[in-house]
Amino acid sequence: MDNLLSIVTFIPAVAALIMAVFLRGDDEAARKNAKWIALFATSATFVVSLFILAGFDRNNTDFQMVEETTWLMGLQYKMGVDGISILFVMLATFMMPLVIAASWNVETRVKEYMIAFLMLETLMLGVFMALDLVLFYVFFEAGLIPMFLIIGIWGGANRIYASFKFFLYTFLGSVLMLIAMVAMFADAGTTDIAKLLVHEFSYGSFDLLGIHIVGGMQTLMFLAFFASFAVKMPMWPVHTWLPDAHVQAPTAGSVVLAAILLKMGGYGFLRFSLPMFPVGSDVLAPTVLWMSAIAIVYTSLVALVQQDMKKLIAYSSVAHMGFVTMGIFAANQQGIDGAIFQMISHGFISGALFLCVGVIYDRMHTREIDAYGGLVNRMPAYAMIFMFFTMANVGLPGTSGFVGEFLTLVAVFKVNTWVAAVATSGVIFSAAYALWLYRRVVMGDLIKESLKSIIDMGTRERVIFAPLVVMTILLGVYPALVLDIIGPSVTALVTNYETALAAADAVSQAASQ
Amino acid sequence: MSADLNIILPEILLALFAIFALLGGVYTGKDGVASTLVWLTSAAMVALAAWIGLTGEGANVAFNGMFSDDGFSRFAKVVILLSTAAVLIMGEGYMSKRGLLRFEYPILVALSVVGMMMMVSAGDLMALYMGLELQSLALYVVASLRRDSARSTEAGLKYFVLGALSSGILLYGASLIYGYAGTTLFSGIIQTAVHGDVSVGLLFGLIFVISGMAFKVSAVPFHMWTPDVYEGAPTPITAFFATAPKVAAMGLFARVMHDAFGNAVPDWQQVIALISLLSMFLGAVAAIGQTNIKRLMAYSSIAHMGYALMGLAAGTALGVEAMLVYMTIYVAMNIGTFAFILSMEKDGQPVTDISSLNMYAKAQPGRAFAMLILLFSLAGVPPMLGFFGKLYVLRAAYDAGLAWLAIAGVIASVIGAFYYLRIVFFMYFGEEQAEGLDANKSTILWGFLMASAAVMVLGIINMFGVESAATAAAAALVN
Repeated sequence: MDNLLSIVTFIPAVAALIMAVFLRGDDEAARKNAKWIALFATSATFVVSLFILAGFDRNNTDFQMVEETTWLMGLQYKMGVDGISILFVMLATFMMPLVIAASWNVETRVKEYMIAFLMLETLMLGVFMALDLVLFYVFFEAGLIPMFLIIGIWGGANRIYASFKFFLYTFLGSVLMLIAMVAMFADAGTTDIAKLLVHEFSYGSFDLLGIHIVGGMQTLMFLAFFASFAVKMPMWPVHTWLPDAHVQAPTAGSVVLAAILLKMGGYGFLRFSLPMFPVGSDVLAPTVLWMSAIAIVYTSLVALVQQDMKKLIAYSSVAHMGFVTMGIFAANQQGIDGAIFQMISHGFISGALFLCVGVIYDRMHTREIDAYGGLVNRMPAYAMIFMFFTMANVGLPGTSGFVGEFLTLVAVFKVNTWVAAVATSGVIFSAAYALWLYRRVVMGDLIKESLKSIIDMGTRERVIFAPLVVMTILLGVYPALVLDIIGPSVTALVTNYETALAAADAVSQAASQ
Repeated sequence: MSADLNIILPEILLALFAIFALLGGVYTGKDGVASTLVWLTSAAMVALAAWIGLTGEGANVAFNGMFSDDGFSRFAKVVILLSTAAVLIMGEGYMSKRGLLRFEYPILVALSVVGMMMMVSAGDLMALYMGLELQSLALYVVASLRRDSARSTEAGLKYFVLGALSSGILLYGASLIYGYAGTTLFSGIIQTAVHGDVSVGLLFGLIFVISGMAFKVSAVPFHMWTPDVYEGAPTPITAFFATAPKVAAMGLFARVMHDAFGNAVPDWQQVIALISLLSMFLGAVAAIGQTNIKRLMAYSSIAHMGYALMGLAAGTALGVEAMLVYMTIYVAMNIGTFAFILSMEKDGQPVTDISSLNMYAKAQPGRAFAMLILLFSLAGVPPMLGFFGKLYVLRAAYDAGLAWLAIAGVIASVIGAFYYLRIVFFMYFGEEQAEGLDANKSTILWGFLMASAAVMVLGIINMFGVESAATAAAAALVN
């Protein structure tokens, strides 16, 4: 199969099209059909994507399973995977069936809901596989449309504000990246990512509007890409759209947002910023490291005082993404290994946490922490699972959360001890807010009248959590499962980065002598 | 002489068609034949477009260079003819329902199209002015077609007074250019107007001409007439204003800038870049407060003209190509959008209030979804075709060293996205309402809406070959 990647990418889109064209009516049967078609399509995507994993040669650091066709404007339709992107593809295909299963209780406009999620899956997969700048941008931006609709149509009370903020915030970040892409196209004469990775963008310093720009074009392009990815990630201080979006989005929307969409930012840093603009990255890495450290501590503290469960988990996501950016811009093997690992693991853990909130939200229709307490008395299975993912979120050894945090902290310790020291304190704060949340919601006596009749998780809900529990433990005790796949590509990335920096250093020293 | 006539045969045929249609209309059933006439005119235009598009070859000049028929003019003519035909057919139902379908309507439109074809082929300041006035005079009348409506009459009058002023400005500029260049032929002017050697008088003439043309494309600061005329004119006529005349005026703009002042690009680049910048921002910001969808579309078209001008400001072949691609996509989007606006009715009366779209998606999921695609395309969000139009002009501007304009353009597009999203918000997120819009039964409007939306999605595969045609057209204009 020469176009395996395209097949995987477009299975959900085709299913969405079939649903849009052939599924009529809004009765019970039509809703049921919509759910089953969506579940079937996402499961099929996952199964077919296993062939990508099976056919992937982990020792080859080049792009694999490449497809290439010419497109308009001298662009190409080019897809491919390497060690850095393949696991994100797998994460997306793995999570989507669970997301659909978690949406089984949706009752309004079910067909449109499922179509939106299926389109979103296609666009997310495209982001991780695209090997053409503009193709990447198209997938990256197009994902905003279904997410905008998901938040706006199926969201909570304040959904309008949240959806507009989400859209405009991320749109503004991305258009600056578009300009940088146009500049790259003009400079390198190609939009092929594989060729751009070996193209050297100029880094001679110059003055712009009276400001001396060290690293020249590379720094400017880095900043433009940074504007997009930092918003997407999201990094402090441009994270403010995320809590709003998370709180207002329906459960499944939050899961997709936390588990997959946020990873596009991290992936972007690894695919573009670091390898294409090494000098620019080097110039700004200390700033980014400090921003990450602030993010970890600040958002953890903010999380402590939240009244809304989803908001708390959203802030916790921002903190965890802080570890990711920290790892990436430590720019050594452990750092990038850890960053990718953290992103994968956060996909499972935060996805599961939002699902946990969804479970009790479905029953009580509130996310206020104060509305709960003592759930353990009526919901033992739920208490167990929530406990497990709370611990994983804290980074308990033995769960996947620990590995990522540990690797990134080790990496940054080698680069900047102070940042590492500040960031480590964030680990303690994360334990504080997560455990306190757990105590307030699950522990204690069941005194609230409204909770007296709450029932424990059903079979469907247990089945959804099972794969997530398995993955979290599996990666926690045997991280080599991930690290073996990403290792060679990360090594190549780090080597190229250091070679490029050494070359730039040599040039600037030769110039100063 | 007969060779000359051969070259302008399409224009002659269309003019003859209009004249005979007028005679026929007068001597027969008058307004009774209007409906047939609309279809006939459209058919004639489609046939002409096919003829020009398929058989036109090479670059020919007629009347000693006053009229030139080249790849560029043919591209623009095909777009003008096809979009006019589409708009005529679209509006037929609306016009006849409201008793506006007079037999003069298709004839006036056909005459203005003759003017537009003249404009994009102009090789001389006089030919330019003739085409422009033929177009404008027909448009003034069409704008006030609804004689018993104060608004429509006001729109026509406003358009006429301001249009006459701008024509005067343009004419003054043309006379200055003639005075300092010694010729009205573009091929003569281009030899006098060489950068670094442009006399002050010529420069003044250039600026006046640019001002006059900026009025016609409704670019800031000559845009004031647009919202009022768009709002006041009957909707099918607004749809017409938003499409073909804009293409013609942009074509004329490009022709004057490149054919007559192609050697003095730095002299006009900054002016057009500034007009483009202002149009993009004013269009984006002023549309936010609008509650009437026709006024909103007016500001939207101002913003879009800003982007098209960004391509022109580049002053390169790539820039002209980007402008042509952008205008083609713009026209395709607007036809669908106006098909949607034409179908907005409540109790048989047309409504243009945006809030009336409340929960439209519930009642009409298919139409709402098509409109959703068009709105995102207008906003320039990928993967819709509108994004590729923007990408084209951004690239042209960046390559020409106008990175600042490109950055400003994308920021304006984010501001602009807000008001398109607002329509989506009404259609999809609004509160349930007792009475929505009527279910419009017109299959013609439905067809145009769906076709336009489909083009926005499927066009990203290869743009239906428009790209290579635009490349050839731009190469014909910019040597």
